Amino acid sequence: MIDLASIASTPTIAPTRTRLTAADRWDHFLARVGVRRGEHRVEPGLYALGSPTPASPVFVSANYTLSFDALRSSLDGIDGYILVLDTKGINVWCAAGKGTFSTDEIVNRVFATHLKEVVSHRKLILPQLGAPGVAAHAVKKRSGFWVEYGPVRAADLPEYLKTHTATPQMRKVTFSLRDRLVLTPVDLTRLFPYTLAAALVLYFVGGWTASLAAITAVLAGTILFPALLPWIPTHNFSTKGFLLGALAALPFVLSPFIRHPDWSWYHRLGQALEFLLAMPAVTAFIALNFTGSTTFTSRSGVKREMFAYIPAMAWTFGTGILLAIVFIFVR
Amino acid sequence: MLNAYLENTLVYDPALCNGCGMCVQVCPHAVFEMDGRLAVQVRPQVCMECGACQLNCVTGAIRVESGVGCASAMIQAALTGKKEAECSCC
Repeated sequence: MIDLASIASTPTIAPTRTRLTAADRWDHFLARVGVRRGEHRVEPGLYALGSPTPASPVFVSANYTLSFDALRSSLDGIDGYILVLDTKGINVWCAAGKGTFSTDEIVNRVFATHLKEVVSHRKLILPQLGAPGVAAHAVKKRSGFWVEYGPVRAADLPEYLKTHTATPQMRKVTFSLRDRLVLTPVDLTRLFPYTLAAALVLYFVGGWTASLAAITAVLAGTILFPALLPWIPTHNFSTKGFLLGALAALPFVLSPFIRHPDWSWYHRLGQALEFLLAMPAVTAFIALNFTGSTTFTSRSGVKREMFAYIPAMAWTFGTGILLAIVFIFVR
Repeated sequence: MLNAYLENTLVYDPALCNGCGMCVQVCPHAVFEMDGRLAVQVRPQVCMECGACQLNCVTGAIRVESGVGCASAMIQAALTGKKEAECSCC
């Protein structure tokens, strides 16, 4: 694809504003619920905020609307430029991890936008979380621009800009209840078709209790787990998930004893075991997959955890399902 | 009970440190602090292996097997044989 900015001989600067519109918020809503993921993009290039002069600061961002909008909406009353990199519609931190928010992309974008002709200084302010993809010294060597790592959160920029030094608090990532809950709709949307299919199948073979069990296990993993993450005992996501899943399975485990006193003891015990084995495995697997959404899990740790617990998930889930099949025939 | 996150791959050689302080700036978990003209690891156990310090350390004093700590990405990579970067979470 031909990048128009790279063949233009004069700088093209698009105007933008700090005020978010209703359309922006609607786009944020769709991004948060996982509708048309990967399509919430801003055109890469150079943007002018307010009435910038050649001495105005240059901020670097990703071409994901949530990233770009967090930046511009934090810069109310500040004149400056925003250099939007092509990160394929992905946020700054993930793009840095994937290598699209990178030294190469910054250098290319600086030349493509003729930034040297636009500003008189040679400094780029990057979000700190872009650092896993960017070598500041390499950017300087290849483009002539110094990289200054600003704060983690765009909201801290006005305070940061007063001194150009970040407090330790500005440099640390957090993962608050709000941060965790805002991620849940995307996972719900992603798992919805599978959950619906499982619930339907289970309804026809096992009735509404089995159907509800599948939905409960998924909801425990997608909503309860992120919400309760710091308070669930144990360190690993899998064990936390098993614990939470077992708790969510409890009503289903007890239901054959309460609702079916006429059944034989092994039929009641069998059905209780089905739920006790299959449900926590599902919740634990979803919990393990939440590692990528958090702000603190290491790759080597996640790997260790996967090798240690995925077999246990597979075995307990498989045994639970096998029991369920056996008890369709054994009454 | 196993804590998979007790260890990580972060290795720091203070003999190579030039005191630039970039590691202190880029680390999102405050693993490094400056002690005079030398960076010191004050919380190595909370390292998430993002690799920002290694990439921004001009003298190569920091080594870490960086990558994204995402089970979904690793599972998809294992199932499809594609690169780990292709995950659906972000």
